Amino acid sequence: MAVLVIAEHDNAALNDATHKVVTAAAKFGGDVDVLVAGEGAGDVAASAAKISGVRKVVHADGASVAKQLAEAMEALVVPMMDGYDAVFIPATTMGKNVAPRIAAKLDVMQLSDITDVIDSETFERPIYAGNAILTVKSSDAKKVVTVRGTAFDAAGEDGSASVETTEAPAGPFKSEFVSEQMVKSDRPELAGAKRVVSGGRALGSKEEFDRLIVPLADKLEAAVGASRAAVDAGYAPNDYQVGQTGKIVAPELYVAVGISGAIQHLAGMKDSKIIVAINKDEEAPIFQVADYGLVADLFSAVPELTDAL
Amino acid sequence: MKVLVPVKRVIDYNVKVRVKPDQTGVDLANVKMSMNPFDEISVEEAVRMKEAGTATEVVIVSIGPKQAQETIRTALAMGGDRGILINTDETVEPLAVAKILAKVVADESPDLVLLGKQAIDDDSNQTGQMLAALLDWPQGTFAYKIEKDGDALTVTREVDGGLQTVKLATPAIVTVDLRLNEPRYASLPNIMKAKKKPIDEKAPGDYGVDISPRLSVVKVTEPPVREAGEKVEDVATLVSKLKSAGAI
Ligand SMILES: Cc1cc2nc3c(=O)[nH]c(=O)nc-3n(C[C@H](O)[C@H](O)[C@H](O)COP(=O)(O)OP(=O)(O)OC[C@H]3O[C@@H](n4cnc5c(N)ncnc54)[C@H](O)[C@@H]3O)c2cc1C
Ligand SMILES: Nc1ncnc2c1ncn2[C@@H]1O[C@H](COP(=O)(O)O)[C@@H](O)[C@H]1O
Repeated sequence: MAVLVIAEHDNAALNDATHKVVTAAAKFGGDVDVLVAGEGAGDVAASAAKISGVRKVVHADGASVAKQLAEAMEALVVPMMDGYDAVFIPATTMGKNVAPRIAAKLDVMQLSDITDVIDSETFERPIYAGNAILTVKSSDAKKVVTVRGTAFDAAGEDGSASVETTEAPAGPFKSEFVSEQMVKSDRPELAGAKRVVSGGRALGSKEEFDRLIVPLADKLEAAVGASRAAVDAGYAPNDYQVGQTGKIVAPELYVAVGISGAIQHLAGMKDSKIIVAINKDEEAPIFQVADYGLVADLFSAVPELTDAL
Repeated sequence: MKVLVPVKRVIDYNVKVRVKPDQTGVDLANVKMSMNPFDEISVEEAVRMKEAGTATEVVIVSIGPKQAQETIRTALAMGGDRGILINTDETVEPLAVAKILAKVVADESPDLVLLGKQAIDDDSNQTGQMLAALLDWPQGTFAYKIEKDGDALTVTREVDGGLQTVKLATPAIVTVDLRLNEPRYASLPNIMKAKKKPIDEKAPGDYGVDISPRLSVVKVTEPPVREAGEKVEDVATLVSKLKSAGAI
């Protein structure tokens, strides 16, 4: 058996989500190869070769896959699948965009956002915003799987796989990259952070969000997250949303400030190791999952907490 | 531009789902069902395109039980022109939904299919991308903004790390994210008007699509319950508890 893992990266650095997918792929069994598709991503391919347990890295270099758009990724990956029993892809926005396209071309039903590999046909995945856990068996000849990073440990880095190059597909494709606006930040990346401080609607404005949440996150060396209400109101960028339709996080410490704890928010953070909630409403549902709940006005409690750390 | 909008009838997003004791699924008896929230956003966007003169016709399609007709009616009351119900009581997986939709596309020749990014029951996030692959059309997933640009569409997507803009040749597939728009409530006169709008009824067999599932449910279980912890008096207590728990 052999599994292809598609690497998550930005052409400069390999994203840790890849290491987690390698762990899931190893659990599936067989040889694990990693595909690095990008433009000028030689360093990424070199990093991927160091992931423990990887047989080889396939490096496709070219403009058509510089942004890993789905149409070009389909053209690249589908022919490669003759040599693989499964393709494992991180359940990032890249993976969610690309994987179903590959699955449909192979005429197989994709397994989305898996949290466990039981055997080579059976997988576990959350449904209904994590309110139920589905164990599901696939009868398809090949498996197309996206992997929830928080459910697997990152593979180590003591490998020395070979790197093989392959042509990027030529195109042209019917979609074209125009531009991007990426949020630049020196903080730990939300999805993989060890600590996360999230703010909700109660912050009331972007100014207050930045004045209260950011210094607390700085003290804790934490990533910053937000509820959908906070993002919608413009207090924080889209990319900060934690929840069913945002990022799934499972840090060692999650601090929820002025967040009520709607099902959709809990879906993104309830597997955190320690949860702290600060909310002035003692009935707020967030307290049902919090290890330490502080019933208080955040405008006084948060600065006090930041000072005390 | 003709727009096709697939809508799914799902458990209402406010309902706390319960897993059946026999672990075969979740209990859907007597629970409130609604249009998938993302599909309300795609219907809204299509209707706005029509109001702006960029869309000529908005066709709503749903694959599901008889009651999915209500979901189609809701979309018609929001401003859709007509509906197609592909009636089945079977569970139809995203791949089979995409295959049926590909046939509907062949019949209807839309320039744009607008889907939700994800159905909140199965949380699959697959159907639009699969449909794009089956049709060999370009895709713009997780749309934050959609603009018509001559014969092309410019779609700004919500991606990890920020926003990405892509240009798609039409016909194209777009899946919508939460911040694209805020869906309207249908007014009473529009609800009345929607009752007269036509809904075609079909079955998966009419399209010759095999909908037999590829995945089988081994079991559905409750997630591990997280015990509520303790309430702490004040910030100082919180800090000392976190210290003794090794969290800080
Ligand atoms: C399809 C769908 C998907 C969704 N996906 C997501 C998702 O991914 N992530 C997500 O977060 N949401 C999601 N939501 C939205 C979700 O249902 C909630 O609306 C949202 O999480 C609420 O955000 P909030 O807790 O910040 O706001 P609110 O629910 O308004 O809560 C604010 C809280 O702040 C407290 N508060 C107010 N003032 C103070 C103060 N001075 N000090 C302390 N506490 C105070 C209040 O008691 C309240 O509990 C989704 C909804 C839908 C329909
Ligand atoms: N049974 C269905 N009928 C109509 N549209 C559907 C159906 N299932 C899924 N869709 C569409 O596909 C989107 C994504 O669903 P999913 O891939 O299941 O997460 C939904 O938001 C709908 O637009």
